[in-house]
Amino acid sequence: MSKLFSKENGEVFTNPLNINNPIAVQVLGICSALAVTSQLKPAIVMGLSVTVITAFSNVIISLLRKTIPNRIRIIVQLVVVAALVTIVSNILKAYVYDVSVQLSVYVGLIITNCILMGRLEAFAMQNGPWESFLDGVGNGLGYAIILVVVGFVRELLGFGSVFGFQIIPDSWLLENGGLYMHNGMMTMPAMALILLACVIWVHRAYNKDIE
Amino acid sequence: MSALRNFLNKIKPSFQEGGKLHAFRSVFDGFETFMYVPNDTAKARGAHIHDAIDSKRIMSFVVIALVPALLFGMYNVGYQHYLAIGEESGFWCNFLYGLAAVLPKIVVSYLVGLGIEFTVAQWKGEEIHEGFLVSGILIPMIVPVNCPLWIIAVATAFAVIFAKEVFGGTGMNILNVALVTRAFLFFSYPSTMSGDKVWVNGNYMDCINGVSGTATDAVTAATPLGQLATGDPIGYSFCDTVTGFIPGSIGETSVIAIAIGALILLWSGVASWKTMLSVFVGGILTAFLFKGSIESANFSWFEHITVGGFCFGAVFMATDPVTSARTECGKWIYGFLIGVIAIIIRVLNPGYPEGMMLAILLMNVFAPLIDYYVVKSNINMRAKRATK
Repeated sequence: MSKLFSKENGEVFTNPLNINNPIAVQVLGICSALAVTSQLKPAIVMGLSVTVITAFSNVIISLLRKTIPNRIRIIVQLVVVAALVTIVSNILKAYVYDVSVQLSVYVGLIITNCILMGRLEAFAMQNGPWESFLDGVGNGLGYAIILVVVGFVRELLGFGSVFGFQIIPDSWLLENGGLYMHNGMMTMPAMALILLACVIWVHRAYNKDIE
Repeated sequence: MSALRNFLNKIKPSFQEGGKLHAFRSVFDGFETFMYVPNDTAKARGAHIHDAIDSKRIMSFVVIALVPALLFGMYNVGYQHYLAIGEESGFWCNFLYGLAAVLPKIVVSYLVGLGIEFTVAQWKGEEIHEGFLVSGILIPMIVPVNCPLWIIAVATAFAVIFAKEVFGGTGMNILNVALVTRAFLFFSYPSTMSGDKVWVNGNYMDCINGVSGTATDAVTAATPLGQLATGDPIGYSFCDTVTGFIPGSIGETSVIAIAIGALILLWSGVASWKTMLSVFVGGILTAFLFKGSIESANFSWFEHITVGGFCFGAVFMATDPVTSARTECGKWIYGFLIGVIAIIIRVLNPGYPEGMMLAILLMNVFAPLIDYYVVKSNINMRAKRATK
């Protein structure tokens, strides 16, 4: 038991949340981070889906790592990821259909998410299943945290709501006699990139040793 | 003036090392060098040629060149208002109305922009740069008169932080700060930047009795570019578009006032005549080729260059020495492409009636590339000549 929750394993889990964050430090998976964060709900669903897929593909590849021929390892990894993505995509369609419509192709595109291939190549091919599982969950959650932060700001400023609940009342709007206006650029991916840069800026300001 | 100099000399010690106001040294330094040319501009060694004026004086020239367009813009704001509500009004009445509408925008833009510049300079312990002197006056001139003040403040803050300070401040920016402000407004708050309702101020002001209020309904007026986008023929006479009695952003309507500014810039040598001329050549040529070819291209070339922000952009924006191409040959290419792209966007994309902004921003990004290839081709040419 003590081995399962040793300090090294703890670091495998916590590093990707902060000092080795897949988005803020490794700058991977940016494309989907820009595409799905215009509202909080799809951002959270996307973050959880990626977490599940990274965790389980890491475990499966880690179990298979001794038997995979080196020359075709990328294909094997892709098959595993693709199978998991298909399962997750179908679960989303079955239980949260509206969000899966909002996410559209980006669930399928998790296959091409650089975080997945990066973790499989860099970690699961060398480590045991339990460490790989922790690493996968950590990286997925590290990705999800950034998505939630960006999604929160974008939904609040772009739509005036959080999680679909209207925070800024309609009576404040300019067309209803108030002064406020929603920021249209927040709903575009261009602004997500700038927000992501701000997140990285703040993160580096606190962690000065990250190159 | 010497009283001011004496006063500055008197309070100077308290801002220097060890003085009690040392923390605010950059604010003092910025103010002092704005009022007076500093004694020590750069070390007098190396191969530098020292110009008689420093960059704060150069920026002041640009501000002076902008004054005619600004004053006319104020007058036109009042003129358009009284025209739209159908009231007779005198010259001073028009001007005072415009002054009351435009002055708050100038104050807001300077307060926000300079506030950020001063804070950043203070924070980094650097001296305050002069770049925002020009941007601060440009920003109110390129927005519609009905644009709310807080939106201008947000956009100015965004542009100063993300287009300038993150790149390292004045002289390091890739994009023109004033145009980034406008682009941010245009994409973030499109209903305040385009359409028929934003160009004429509806606030009521009786300048004889000094009463003001917000009585009248929203006043609508179509700009020539709006008419272009909807495929209508131009609704204003050529004479009006040249003198500037048309709806539009505050400073951009009058070709004559902008021409006076252009003369000041060219006479003082601040702006490059090559960039300016090539923008017009590119724009005229493209408009000439497009004329009549498709349905939305029913403006003639002389109408294209007089309406909208074409002249304003060509004279004050494209020639920005920081963001434009710096090689002499590069200036021709840079300006020409701005003109071409501006007209292409206007004609082919009715969603973006003002192509000038997007064209200049796009070419800002390409200016370093143009310079790189101009320098490289020059090196190749000389290398060939040397080996022959």
